[in-house]
Amino acid sequence: MIDVSRRRTLRAAAVAMLLMATAGHAAELKLEKEELKLGFIKLTDMAPLAIAYEKGFFEDEGLYVTLEPQANWKVILDRVITGELDGAHMLAGQPLGATIGFGTKADIVTAFSMDLNGNAITLSNEVWNMIKPNLPTDANGKIVHPIKADVLKPVIEKFRSNGKTFNMAMVFPVSTHNYELRYWLAAGGIHPGFYSPTDVSGQIKADVLLSVTPPPQMPATLEAGTISGYCVGEPWNQQAIFKGVGVPVITDYEIWKNNPEKVFGVTKAWAEKHPNTHLALIKALIRAGMWLDENNGANRKEAARILSKSQYVGADYQVIANSMTGTFEYAKGDKRELPDFNVFFRYFATYPYYSDAIWYLTQMRRWGQIPEGKPDEWYAQVAKQVYRPDIYLKAAKLLVEEGKAKQEDFPWTSDGYRSPTKDFIDGIEFDARKPNAYLEKFSIGLKGMQKIEGGDVVGK
Amino acid sequence: MRAKATVEKPSPAASNAANEPLPPAANAPRVRPPRSLDGLFRFLTLIGLGFLVPIVRLCRGENPRAQWRELWQSLGVPLLAIAVFLFAWSRLSASIETSLGHIPGPLAVWEQTKALWEDHKAEREKAAAFYERQAKRNAEKLAADPNAEIVTRKYTGKPTYIDQIFTSLKTVFMGFLLATAIAVPVGIFCGLSQTISAALNPLIQVFKPVSPLAWLPLVTIIVSAVYVTSDPMFEKAFLISAITVTLCSLWPTIINTAVGVASIDKDLVNVAKVLRLPWTTKLFKLVMPSSLPLIFTGMRLSLGVGWMVLIASEMLAQNPGLGKFVWDEFQNGSSDSLARLMVAVLTIGLIGFVLDRLMLTLQSLFSFGAQR
Repeated sequence: MIDVSRRRTLRAAAVAMLLMATAGHAAELKLEKEELKLGFIKLTDMAPLAIAYEKGFFEDEGLYVTLEPQANWKVILDRVITGELDGAHMLAGQPLGATIGFGTKADIVTAFSMDLNGNAITLSNEVWNMIKPNLPTDANGKIVHPIKADVLKPVIEKFRSNGKTFNMAMVFPVSTHNYELRYWLAAGGIHPGFYSPTDVSGQIKADVLLSVTPPPQMPATLEAGTISGYCVGEPWNQQAIFKGVGVPVITDYEIWKNNPEKVFGVTKAWAEKHPNTHLALIKALIRAGMWLDENNGANRKEAARILSKSQYVGADYQVIANSMTGTFEYAKGDKRELPDFNVFFRYFATYPYYSDAIWYLTQMRRWGQIPEGKPDEWYAQVAKQVYRPDIYLKAAKLLVEEGKAKQEDFPWTSDGYRSPTKDFIDGIEFDARKPNAYLEKFSIGLKGMQKIEGGDVVGK
Repeated sequence: MRAKATVEKPSPAASNAANEPLPPAANAPRVRPPRSLDGLFRFLTLIGLGFLVPIVRLCRGENPRAQWRELWQSLGVPLLAIAVFLFAWSRLSASIETSLGHIPGPLAVWEQTKALWEDHKAEREKAAAFYERQAKRNAEKLAADPNAEIVTRKYTGKPTYIDQIFTSLKTVFMGFLLATAIAVPVGIFCGLSQTISAALNPLIQVFKPVSPLAWLPLVTIIVSAVYVTSDPMFEKAFLISAITVTLCSLWPTIINTAVGVASIDKDLVNVAKVLRLPWTTKLFKLVMPSSLPLIFTGMRLSLGVGWMVLIASEMLAQNPGLGKFVWDEFQNGSSDSLARLMVAVLTIGLIGFVLDRLMLTLQSLFSFGAQR
């Protein structure tokens, strides 16, 4: 009898010791699901997923993750909705668009922003040669950046007088690229076109016709002459230079400094059914973001190596490294320092700010994807529904407790709104608390209670 | 007796006569080999190794001149043609410049084949390391909590090229088996009854020419809606590709089976009537055996169609497999992509060829079997 109880005490002691020895694992969450399949598009900003996998951050959380490249953004959203994918690399506009029912209607939430910046606009060689003589140069004869869209006006006129349309491509109707391209064009006085409930081509009243092309096909489409330019994430702008098919003219960093980009999206139902798994995923992704920005980007070369593997982005190392390592090549040979072109963790990049969501919503309204005027509260409410900083901070807290992250890495006291900023190419200030007032400031775009009817803007 | 009728009947739907290997014994041997070897020769020819026949004969010292000519025809000419093709390829490819660089020549493609194989081996090592880490983690978990439920998870790395090939084969066979299971009975009924045949004919004619690309979105939506389980036996993407293969490869088997059944010797049918054979006996002892050669012809055509369809549907359904490999490489656009795409093209071709041979062998085995 005594023997048994003694053995029991011994065993308990042994267990306690083991528990101490594996403290990291003892704190492990009770996971609802361990085998996950996550989707991504072949873009460098999927890096947090690849790094979390390759560096074992997923495994540290007890997650067995399979990463699977997807054909295009529509497929990714559909497969997350049907449950074929547990979660995915998404455009910031996708969870918002899906929640408000523009395109496929579904409740998607995000608790993790994957990166800031990382996109650029590329023009075909033909257009580049037409605008190049008119571009201002500095004392050394180098072209002054940022290039404004005004320079395109004569080109568009010329196309029109030849009976041709000026076509450009972006990657998805609710993509950051669509809004950035539109912002850039409109800031230069060029109308990129409206959406309406009956005409979702987004080309109503347009000077430039925008259409959708999946990112990896951009250079090929440009080369074929179907489009004269595009807005896309890396490496597809640098690829255009390497292949000699086009010239990147402006990065999104110059359109809006430190703009939020991709997010990690899951369905609301999935998040509710698997709260701990979701936390574990976010933990792993935060660590990946930290790794990517560690020591001033010391790991970026290795990251570019990993991304150049055929199962991830698959483009050549040189092409990926060009933008991942703090530089950006504009025209061939015109490589400039752009340390913040890809931000994965600095500036609280991974925290899902409500204000980011609201900016996207204002652009959806500006171009008619949200056909009717909405009150300011509506914007705040949708942002709260889709963006989940609460989950993010829970994951961050666990990381700090485990000693894997520092207290000062996270905006603990933020109310979810970044302070108002004027860091746009046209200098218009954005205050996320006053979306309607913000919309009033644009000369091109819907505002107030305006609507599109019969191909024209009506109402006030 | 009953089987004789089938063999002598020319097969009206066997449109593949052109693909048949050359008859090996065009040169009538002066010295007939012992009978025991006849079977071997026939078998070799059948599985596409007909060129071995003259070699065997040479070794036995039968009419060397005729054998050499035969060998030249069956082995020398094809090899020479391949050599000419490779030469022309390496010459022409260097002169075509694409945005991804030159079109790779045979050497570059061979390099990529090796690279893919190395990649496969490296991935297997990573898998081994993964299982080791997992075992360790599970052991720790068990030590911390002896009642913990331990599940071994499958390796989560990328599928290698070799894995993709096997996935494709699995998918095509799944689709093909489904197609056969549907097409053979339907074909038999069509062949047996003029009424059923007349009823189904328009449907068959309309659905037969539909492209897999048209089926795929429909199948995707329907499978997504119908196949809802929490613990799926098959992946949805796998089912979608397999069903698309089924839909496109049904038709040759149905048509050939129907023709085969319809063209049974009338005498046999009359005998069956006189003997008052029960329906099942008639089906299994008479109809099936005599239409087998044509059923196999149909199945062979079906498998060929299925393999072609599969690549397209894997590309679109994003089902792991060779089609997905092709798509991913196209999207990668790296300097190796072109060569890898060519490796895929050659692999697809070779596997298609082997599948066709396999079916041809089966088909011939059954036809010859019937002769005995």
